[in-house]
Formats: sequence, C-alpha cells, structure tokens
Amino acid sequence: MTGKIEKSPSPSEVGFSVMSRRTLLASAAVAAAAGGVVLTSCGDDDDSGGGGGGSEVTFGSNYSDPKDSEAIKAAIDSTGLSVKINTVDHNTYQENFNTYIQQPDDVVCWFAGYRMRAFAGKGVVSDISDVWAKLPDMSEGFKNASTGLDGKQYFVPFYFYPWAVHYRKSLFADKGYSIPTTWDDFIALCDQMVADGITPLAAANDGGWPQMGMFDMINMRTNGYDFHVSLMGGKESWTDDKVKKVFENWSALLDYYQPDVNGRTWQDAATALGNNEVGMYLLGTFVTSNFDDTQQDIIDDIDFFAFPAIDPAYGQEAVEAPIDGFMMAKSPKNDAGARSLLGALGGAGAIDAYIGVNPAVVAANSKAKTDGYNALQEKSAEIVGAAKYISQFLDRDTDPDFAAKVVGKAIQDFLSDPGQIDSILSTVEEQKKTYTFE
Amino acid sequence: MSSNKVTAAPPTGRRRRFSQLTKRDKIVLWVMVGIPTFLHVVLVWIPAILTGILSFMRWDNIRPVSTAELVGFRNYWEIFTIFDNQLFPALFNNLILMVWLFLCSAIGVLLAYLLDKNIKGTRFYQSVYYFPVVLSMAVVGFIWKSVMFNRDSGLLNILWPGKPVDFVGDQSKLFEIHLPLLDFPLGLSKNFAALLIAMAWRHIGYVMVLYLAGLKSFDPALREAAAIDGCNEWQTFRSVVFPGLKPINVVVAVITVIEALRAYDIVAALSEPRGTEVMGTLVTNSLMGEGGGYAGRGSAFGMVLFLLCIGFIIWYVINNFRERVT
Repeated sequence: MTGKIEKSPSPSEVGFSVMSRRTLLASAAVAAAAGGVVLTSCGDDDDSGGGGGGSEVTFGSNYSDPKDSEAIKAAIDSTGLSVKINTVDHNTYQENFNTYIQQPDDVVCWFAGYRMRAFAGKGVVSDISDVWAKLPDMSEGFKNASTGLDGKQYFVPFYFYPWAVHYRKSLFADKGYSIPTTWDDFIALCDQMVADGITPLAAANDGGWPQMGMFDMINMRTNGYDFHVSLMGGKESWTDDKVKKVFENWSALLDYYQPDVNGRTWQDAATALGNNEVGMYLLGTFVTSNFDDTQQDIIDDIDFFAFPAIDPAYGQEAVEAPIDGFMMAKSPKNDAGARSLLGALGGAGAIDAYIGVNPAVVAANSKAKTDGYNALQEKSAEIVGAAKYISQFLDRDTDPDFAAKVVGKAIQDFLSDPGQIDSILSTVEEQKKTYTFE
Repeated sequence: MSSNKVTAAPPTGRRRRFSQLTKRDKIVLWVMVGIPTFLHVVLVWIPAILTGILSFMRWDNIRPVSTAELVGFRNYWEIFTIFDNQLFPALFNNLILMVWLFLCSAIGVLLAYLLDKNIKGTRFYQSVYYFPVVLSMAVVGFIWKSVMFNRDSGLLNILWPGKPVDFVGDQSKLFEIHLPLLDFPLGLSKNFAALLIAMAWRHIGYVMVLYLAGLKSFDPALREAAAIDGCNEWQTFRSVVFPGLKPINVVVAVITVIEALRAYDIVAALSEPRGTEVMGTLVTNSLMGEGGGYAGRGSAFGMVLFLLCIGFIIWYVINNFRERVT
C-alpha cells in the first residue's frame, strides 16, 4: 500500500482526531487485507437483480473501513430510498476508477475539483444541475468546487477537511504571540520565534505532496484563486512573472523552515510541533491524527488560523479543503432514483446520520448538526463555510499525473536548490505542453 | 570429433528417425512443455506486445481503447527529450546500481569463502548475514527509512557525529558527469548512495548463501592438489576454485544484473524521493494510479526497460547455447 503516501490523503482516509490513531492503524490493516478485491466486476453483477423493480438505485462505495461503511449505510438508510451498496476497498477503488467509471453503479463516490472535472469533461458522468437547485444549504464555495468547466454541476459534496496553519495555543499564550493575518505580520512573527530559539515553520515533503499545499496557499494569496485555477488548468505559463513571484515569496519563508524538507514525513514534522520545537505547521487538520490517546493534551492544545493575506486584493478569501462526495453515472439504470438519492445525500439528514456513527468528519451542508463537533471541527466548518473559494489541493486541482510527475518533482528540486528556480520552471513549462488538461 | 561420428554412422540413405519415446511420453512431454509455454505467452508475451503497441499510441486510459490514436514515435520523442530529466537519471541510477551490486557480489563471495573455512561461530555469522535476505525489499525499505535513515530520530543520525543528515531526501550529488546532449548533469545523489547501502545489506547475504552452497559441493581433492602444487590461497581461489564453480558464478552474475534492472520495491517503499528514481518506479508511476491518462508515455518508459532486459537475456541465452554446443 505504498501508493497511499504518494498523494494527499482524502478526507475519508484521515478524519479528525476523535478517531484515535490506533483505530486508524487498524483500519489501514483491514484496508490492506482487502486490497486484493477486484473492482471492475461490481458494476454489472447486479443487472439481473435490478430487473425486479425499477426503484432500486446502486451505490458504488469506497467507504471500506468498518466504521466508515457502517456510517455510510446509516446515511443512506436515512434517505428512505431503496439502495444497493457495492463496497470496494478505497485504495483499490481509487486506482481502478478509470476502468470502473466505464461501467459504474448509478451513484459513485468521488472527489471534488479537477478530479471530478476530468471525468465530467470526458462525458462519463451526468450533469446534476437540477439536483443542485434543491440544495440551498451548500455555500457558494462548495458549489464552485462542484462545477465543471461548462458551468454545470456534476458533484454533490459530503464532507471535507481544511488546510491551515496549525499552532499550539499554550506556546502562543506563553510567548504572547498573536495570530498574523498579513504577510508582514507573519514574517515578523517568524523573526520573533527565531529570536526566541524556536524554528518557526515545520516542514515535511516526504512523498512529494505535503509542500504542494504551501505552493497552493502562496499562489492563491499572491495571484488569486482565478489565476490558481487557470494555472492548474494548464492555461497559464509557468515561466510567467506571477509564478516566479510565488517562488520569490516562498524563498523568503525557506529561511524559517526546518532544515532538510524533502526527506521528512508529515508525521515527524507534526511530532516536532507537539514537542514545541517548531512554532507553526501548514497542513490539513489531519495533523492531530499523529498523536495518540495518551497525548490528548496536545490534541486539545492544537488550533489553526487561515494562511495570512499577501496581496490585499485577494485577502484570505480562498481556503484549501479537499472534499469527498458523489457523482452520477452517465446512463444510470435508475436515473430518477439516482437523482433523488444524490439530493438526499446532499441534505442535512444524511450527513447527520453519518456523523452519528463516525464523528470524525465535518459536514459540507451548512444546516448539519454541529453539537457533537470538537473545537477544530467547529472552526473548520466556520472557516470553510465563510470562504468564497475552496481549492482542493494541487494533486486534485490539476491532472494528477502532471501534479505528481512534473510539479511535485519541480517543488522537490526547488526545495533542494532554490537558486535553480528559473531552469526548474522552464522545465515545468516544457513538460506541461505534453499534457492536454481536457 | 564430429567428422569421426559421421563416418561411424551406418551408410544408409534412410532419413526416418527412430524415436525412443512412446506415445504416452510424447503426450506427457507436450503437456509439460505446452502448459508452461501457453501460460508464459499469455501472461508475459501478450502483455509485453500490447505494451509495445500502446507505446506508439495516445490513450487516456479512461475512454474505450477504440479512441486511442496512433502517434508514431511521439511518446519516445517525449521521454527522450522533454522528460529527459526523469529518464536519464533513472537509467543512470540503474547503471550505478549494477556496478554496485557486482561489488557487493564480490564481498558476498569473499564472506562465503571465509565462512567455508569452518572458523568458529560460522553458523552464527551465516545467520546474521543471511537474515536480511528473508525480508522483502519493500520491508527492507521501510526498516531503513524509519529506523536507520530518519533525519530526526534515525539510528544513523544518532551515531553520526556532525549535523544531522537527510538520508532520505538529500538529492544533491556526490559527483556529477556532464554529458554533451543533456542540459543537466548526471550523478550519484546522496540519498541514492544511502539506498545503495541498504541494498548491499541484503544482496551480500544473498550471494554469500548461494556461493557457500557451491563451495560446500566443491571437490576438496582439487584444492589439496593445488596445495601440493604450491599454490597460495589466492592462487588456489583464482585458478582452481573460481573457475571450478562456473555454474554458480553465472547464477550470481545473472541474479546481480536482474536485481539491478528490476529494482523497484525499496525505492517505492521510500516513496521515491527525487534523486532515487529507477526505471522500475518510473514505469509503474506512469502507468498506475487513478487519473493517469498517459498510458502511451508510460508504455514507452516500459519498453525502454523491456529492451534493456531483453538485450541482457538474449546475450545470456546465446552464450549459454554456445557453451553447450562446444
């Protein structure tokens, strides 16, 4: 299961810390054991069974861990519809999705952003704009993240986790640090930490994906969300001065980084944050899953703030938050049923039922119950609900092959030798031209 | 020799050959040869040929195969000119690995030779050296990554006297070679050098056990004869033992080359940091995973590795047949 660490984790893999580390490991073992399951057969097996009544909807699920599968069943039961759930181990599901989507179930689990848009663009999933007309409780940010390049909706969000700058409340209180909202404040805070003998920024890049989050944030703060999406869509040049400006800003932060970024796992960097060796850490909220039950005091002490504004024109309007949700097959056996299932799953009732079983996620629906949330979940809902734009993460917002093989390697090269950035970017631009981004 | 045989044969003009095999023997033979051949063709050659065909096509791996279009040598042109900063470092790493593993094989042979002397505690040393071989390379990778190499808490960094070293991620080069047609230098990255040590840990034990088995079956009389003739230890090894163990030597050489070409799992277990890429990881990463819509380019990478392997295999088979004939 080495493939797992080569991509940013999906919200279903890493919930919030109410799920202890031990269960996370146990569920990973179960997933690994189930890894041999072959996916392609599950789509068409039930042709004969479905013949009995036109009312049944088939649901292709990647909620394979025991708790997740129980939770998704509760969510689907709450809709009151007749649904047949076909579950596949989530790693297998993801790796075989290309094949699976050619003969899918009526409703399938997937991710928002480019990963949805790629399949929408190829015409293998259905336009569900009519379902969105009945989803008033989703924020504008979620709607943008569910919209294809043609302006129609193809995706219903279920839950998410945000990326933000994490810190320990006790450390900030002890030293009298205040939350920076502008770039200058941020740099000043870093300088202050250096003076206090603390490394300001935890930094990991093992697997090549964690630092993509830093690129996303600096780009969206420097050049705005629209430029970011356009760059990810292959429409901008990587040798543009705007992109160079991103790396200039980034270079200014490298002085405050933990040394030797490329070989460190995000877990090791999280441990440094837990030990107060570093002051701040830009990562998804899954950072708390690095700590086990005996370190509950650390988990409770971790808080986060939105990445500071760089260009006031863009402020802090964009937030990065990978979203899990659902799409509809191109030609489902039960079109009307699939649409009503998607509408119901987008409602507050379904996610409430899900969170009733597995409280480790944050609902996309703004009317969902929040009384069971811990402080981080509450804050996540708040920060993302208020965002005008939600990006998904670099390896979800662009061609995954381009993200991993071109941009990911370029970022590793940049972190290894920042002085080479011009030639690194021209290589990215040259290689970008072999991608179609359709 | 052969001319004698011809004259010794009976001077009959009949071309019919007598077979010593009964009908049943023939059926058994056909089944025993046929089934493996069938499986081999279906599982190895057909996929290999299909990969070869795919490498001349552009296909997004999502839409039906009928949408794939022929693009000639475009994929090859792309990997040799645009993705040259991925292909050539990978090829170069495989080359370094091959040289290195031959060196390790030599050390393995030396250890085997020493252990064959029945020194005290032979069995203990044997077990210690052989231990890593029972682990899969992926496990070796995980062990070295978390226990040995880790920058913040790894054993090597605790023992290391100076500043902590990033054994996993440091992609700066130990030496560089500038080739005329490439706009970047090739060289041995520090993190790949660290990986080489982890690979040696396993490869030495592997070769040692193979060679030890050969030495145990080596006729002691030959060695005694060499001693009587006044050979010293080195001369005995070089002129008597080493040539006498030719079959084992060939096996060791073949294993070493194959290990160097197929290296994949240990690099993947270290999540393939930049600097450690080998052909195996390059091929897999281009073809696997969701959303990877560049089956043609990935196949082209695959064909490069395929041609390297097949080149070696053809050389080996030809050599082997030539020896049998003479």
